[in-house]
Amino acid sequence: MNSTQPETLDGFAINTSALTRRYGKLTAADCIELRIPYGEIFGLLGANGAGKSTLIKMLTTLLSPTSGTAEVGGYDIIRSPGEVRRRIGYVSQLVSADGALNGYENLRLSAKLYGLPAAERENRIANALEFMGLADSSRRLVRTYSGGMIRRLELAQAMLHRPSILFLDEPTIGLDPVARRLVWDRLLNLRRDLGMTVLITTHDMEEAEMLSDQLAIMHAGRISVIGKPDELRAGLSAEQGTEATMDDVFVHYAGGLIHEGGTFSGVAQTRRTAQRLG
Amino acid sequence: MKRLILESAAIVQVEMVKLVRDPTEVISRAIQPVLWLVVFGQVLAQVRGIHTGQLSYLAFITPGILAQSVLFSAIFYGIAVIWERDLGVVHKLLVSPALRFSLVFGKAVAAGFRGILQAVVIFLLAIVMHVSLNADPFAILAVLASVMLGSGIFATFSLIIACIVRTRERFMGIGQLLTMPMFFASNAIYPLDIMPPWLRVIAQINPLTYLIDALRGLMIKGGVSVHGYAVDFSVMLGVFAFLLFVAVRLYPTLAE
Repeated sequence: MNSTQPETLDGFAINTSALTRRYGKLTAADCIELRIPYGEIFGLLGANGAGKSTLIKMLTTLLSPTSGTAEVGGYDIIRSPGEVRRRIGYVSQLVSADGALNGYENLRLSAKLYGLPAAERENRIANALEFMGLADSSRRLVRTYSGGMIRRLELAQAMLHRPSILFLDEPTIGLDPVARRLVWDRLLNLRRDLGMTVLITTHDMEEAEMLSDQLAIMHAGRISVIGKPDELRAGLSAEQGTEATMDDVFVHYAGGLIHEGGTFSGVAQTRRTAQRLG
Repeated sequence: MKRLILESAAIVQVEMVKLVRDPTEVISRAIQPVLWLVVFGQVLAQVRGIHTGQLSYLAFITPGILAQSVLFSAIFYGIAVIWERDLGVVHKLLVSPALRFSLVFGKAVAAGFRGILQAVVIFLLAIVMHVSLNADPFAILAVLASVMLGSGIFATFSLIIACIVRTRERFMGIGQLLTMPMFFASNAIYPLDIMPPWLRVIAQINPLTYLIDALRGLMIKGGVSVHGYAVDFSVMLGVFAFLLFVAVRLYPTLAE
């Protein structure tokens, strides 16, 4: 399988400049500067309410920025949102697979909305189901799936049109360790086989370290730090004079809010998602 | 145009699969018209207090009850949209390159097919109750087209309300607040000319009035459209186009 290639691979998969989103007096994303090369898995970390989901919503064209610019797959998110959408896949923090449909029907809907030619559709759906290990359960209603199966189905939907860039907003939230590792395996396979760029948000430090080539930690709408996981750990270890873990790195750059952040609606949404997957 | 048709058809297909898999809603919604026709209609027909011209009172209110059924079924479409937003389905649809118009129009057409099921129930009920129905195939097709259009209008209106109120609790309150006044401020169960002038003014700007007027002329033997079909369909098409225009702009805000 080949990924839908962007116009040029010379530039960045994601390139933002002073990207900002305000809600009244609250600045949810503040002058974000990101340059993510093609083919990289980029982790975006931060406490609840740090601005990760706002940033992803802007980059996936669900939310307009208040100011600043961003290019995704070489296209401006404001001027060419349709071109951006053709080049991205998105797995929301919410459980977006339709429980009243079976796995195949969910994929068929995506295939049609992404305009896959009828001649290719069935083949692509079969491949995606096989790739995600769901071929045997494709005719079962999604409401009977386990949490891990739902997440893999959502990944199948997001990759069906072979996007060059995949956005995953806390894709393993609410999953048990086995299901989480299955999702990780599929993600690494996606990058290896299709060369997809992946932007993933997570609270899980093990996940961030295991998957990310580079990661950024957000705090109060701003990016506090960007770097490779081992470099960030080494930098903090040198600064503090003791061996730092990724949890230490997170606490240091996320403003010490590892257990305190988040709004009522954010926490409620996270719990709803975890409950549905659980 | 081909893209619009294919994308809208994909949305309709999903809605129809769900409807066939779980027809509970259609069955439960069929109970209300039975009560209106069998109980309310038959009792008021005995009273003979409302002058309905050449038509029996039961024949007069049959199109009104069909329109009411269409209204009540479609107006709560917004709750499903809010539910889809809470689940994340709306986000998935909006991240796809599908035209926003296709997503909204597809929902409206799916509501139209649900409306047709309501129409079949009312037709059967009317036959059992010896209401004189117009058997002309073109008239029946026009009735179905009216029902599709009416369902599309109220489902799109419902989607707009959902985009504004955003929670199911608020929507339930607004939905109840809108449906009964829209029904009573129309020509569903009494003619316009016996209404007090202020109510007649409201009825004249109520799209439900034009749906009922068209249905009454097309569906019932001897029935006439007071406003004329050209006016009825022009008003309905105009309202539908306006509501689609607004809904296409508001629908993406659900994912913000």
